[in-house]
Amino acid sequence: MGDLSLGHFVVLGGILFALGLFCVLTRRNAIGILMGIELVLNSANINYVAFARYNQTGYDGQVFAIFVIMLAAAEAAIGLAIVLGIYQSFETIDVAATDRLRQ
Amino acid sequence: MTVAPYVALIPLLPLAGATVLGLAGLPLQRRLGKAAVSWLACGTVAASFVLAVAAFLQLTTLDPEHRLLLVRLFPWIHVGTLGVDVAFAVDPLSAVMILVVTGIGGLIHLYSVGYMHEDPAYWRFFAYLNLFTFAMLTLVLGDNLLVMFVGWEGVGLCSWALICFWHQELANTRAGNKAFIVNRIGDFGFVLGVFLLFWSLDARGHGTLVFRELATHARLLAGETQWGVPVATLVTLLFFVGATGKSAQIPLYVWLPDAMAGPTPVSALIHAATMVTAGVYMIARLNFLFAMAPATLAVVAVIGASTAVLAATIALAQNDIKRVLAYSTVSQLGYMFLAMGVGAYAAGVFHLMTHAFFKACLFLGSGSVIHAMSGEQDMRKMGGLREKLPATSTTFIVATLAIAGIPPLAGFFSKDEILWQVYSSPYGSPTLWAVGVTVAGLSAFYMFRQVFMVFFGPCHADHETAHHLHESPATMTVPLWILMGGSVLAGLLWIPHVFLPFEAWLEPVVGVHVAVAHHAELAVELSLTLFSVLVALAGIGLAYTIYYRRRPDPAVFGRVLGGVPHRILLNKYYVDELYELLFVRGVLLVCRMAAWFDLRVIDGLVNLSAAIVRGWAWASGLFDGYVVDGAVNALADVAQFVGRRVRNLQSGAINAYLYVVLIGVLGGVLLYWSLVSAS
Repeated sequence: MGDLSLGHFVVLGGILFALGLFCVLTRRNAIGILMGIELVLNSANINYVAFARYNQTGYDGQVFAIFVIMLAAAEAAIGLAIVLGIYQSFETIDVAATDRLRQ
Repeated sequence: MTVAPYVALIPLLPLAGATVLGLAGLPLQRRLGKAAVSWLACGTVAASFVLAVAAFLQLTTLDPEHRLLLVRLFPWIHVGTLGVDVAFAVDPLSAVMILVVTGIGGLIHLYSVGYMHEDPAYWRFFAYLNLFTFAMLTLVLGDNLLVMFVGWEGVGLCSWALICFWHQELANTRAGNKAFIVNRIGDFGFVLGVFLLFWSLDARGHGTLVFRELATHARLLAGETQWGVPVATLVTLLFFVGATGKSAQIPLYVWLPDAMAGPTPVSALIHAATMVTAGVYMIARLNFLFAMAPATLAVVAVIGASTAVLAATIALAQNDIKRVLAYSTVSQLGYMFLAMGVGAYAAGVFHLMTHAFFKACLFLGSGSVIHAMSGEQDMRKMGGLREKLPATSTTFIVATLAIAGIPPLAGFFSKDEILWQVYSSPYGSPTLWAVGVTVAGLSAFYMFRQVFMVFFGPCHADHETAHHLHESPATMTVPLWILMGGSVLAGLLWIPHVFLPFEAWLEPVVGVHVAVAHHAELAVELSLTLFSVLVALAGIGLAYTIYYRRRPDPAVFGRVLGGVPHRILLNKYYVDELYELLFVRGVLLVCRMAAWFDLRVIDGLVNLSAAIVRGWAWASGLFDGYVVDGAVNALADVAQFVGRRVRNLQSGAINAYLYVVLIGVLGGVLLYWSLVSAS
């Protein structure tokens, strides 16, 4: 374990964030975007836990990570519900096609 | 003083007649015929006459000093110290006047029934005639100067309406307008007189316009002056200006001869018997004021005498039957003013009454002649009408004898009394007397010239007219006979030194301003009378020689007298032309200048201000259109432009937004780093 440093975690979080951001920016599928957001949130969780573990600042980071997971769950539920609603209205979940608030 | 409400009916009955005829005359005439109109018109005046007789009889039962019947209808103007009621009063003077107005007026109404029978506007004629009677009765019954003035203006209005009665002819309406305008000049003097009188009395604590109170307070004005002139002189001169207008004296007499354009009964009623005597009545009514102003009396006497001579000489050369009578009327009115001017008020009013009889008779007679001659008025085309028109000619000749002053007819007594007073009064003079006698001779001459030209000699009418010659119907001849009776008998009310009911009757009103102690001069008076009668007979004789015997021939007579004087007389001394030149032209010039000023300057100013407003409105319209609207539109355009450009940012593609966010964040971080590293 000794050879794993904080830098590794930070780089991992950065890669995850970049992948998530790339996913969000490139997907036109709404569910894909939601999945990208999950990656971005989890990269943040890794950072929280890693900084909390290596800097010995108590459990604030871990607690924040749990909050974020809970928030991501809620976000996923609401996001999927919205995507379902969009699909019912537009019969597609392509975000480029849903550029109007009314039909 | 006795309150007598029925007196109010005397003027109000003809007013009622005039109202009904004026408002409903035409339907009345169509439904019920002209007889209904005649009955209504004559009936109201006849009823007034009966009431006037009743008032007269009631007056005779009272003491001479208390002979006054009064009726107050309603308060009229009460402002400050001015208090005027609409009130009518009958005193001996107005009793004479209402008897003349309703009596002779009634006869003329009756005559008009025959004279106007063919006229389609029959009802209108009688409406005017009744209205005139009302106005004239208001004038003579008015208890104060303002009510009198209402009548004064009313008779002028009716005179205008009746002169213009046949308004289809331009000449008639011109004559009417002339009469009205000339009268207005006189009325202006009357009004100023009323104002000055009230003002002067008010300043001395007794402002009033009621005649009896004026008589009491007039002496307050004795010795007072206004603008350096005695107040009494000023006031009476202004009143006299009014009298010259209404009673056709120099210089305002010019309207009366032209007024003959009206129907002949109108000439008889208004322009001979009643209205034109209003000035004489007014002076007699205000005799207490005139007595305080010897200067005015002298003016009145001189104007009266001059008018008498002027009109008598003009009458010598006239050929129109009515114009001769018109100038004769002016001349006789001059006689009355001469009497007023020497303070012989009773004699003047007496002449007014006798003149009303014989002049009405003459005018109605001339109307009968004109009627018979199918409208011809030129005496040169008449002649020998005596056989054809027996009633007319008899009455006409008797009335002419009366006006010529042949005893014992009415004109003799009144004229002789005036002449004697002119000679003997302290205000009179033998010169004025000589003028009066000359006028008497001239009157006798021109009146008999008329009689001989119309009723004697060969007939000059054309065949058609001569064929239609006929005596007038009874409604026309009966008034003639009655008036002739009046012309014969009225003189009996004044037989000098023997029987003087008329002078005694008027004494409470006009007093005896002239000393009557003439008995010692009886011989003088008798010789003067004889002389004036001889002058009149000489006039008649001259007329007989020239116009009946025709030796010398009238044409030769005219030539011998010289063409120029004859032409001057025929053209009435060119007074009309002079007035035309002096006043009418000037007034018309001023009118035209005023019209030009109005059209060019006043209208120009109005148009200019309108143009300025329009220009201003145009400019502010431009400002509104381009600047205000422009600013608003520019704002909208800017917003639209910006909106159109900014709209492109909102593509609707979420990915694009996220790129923008990312770029923004990265940009922000880079900026932060560069700032941190720079510091």
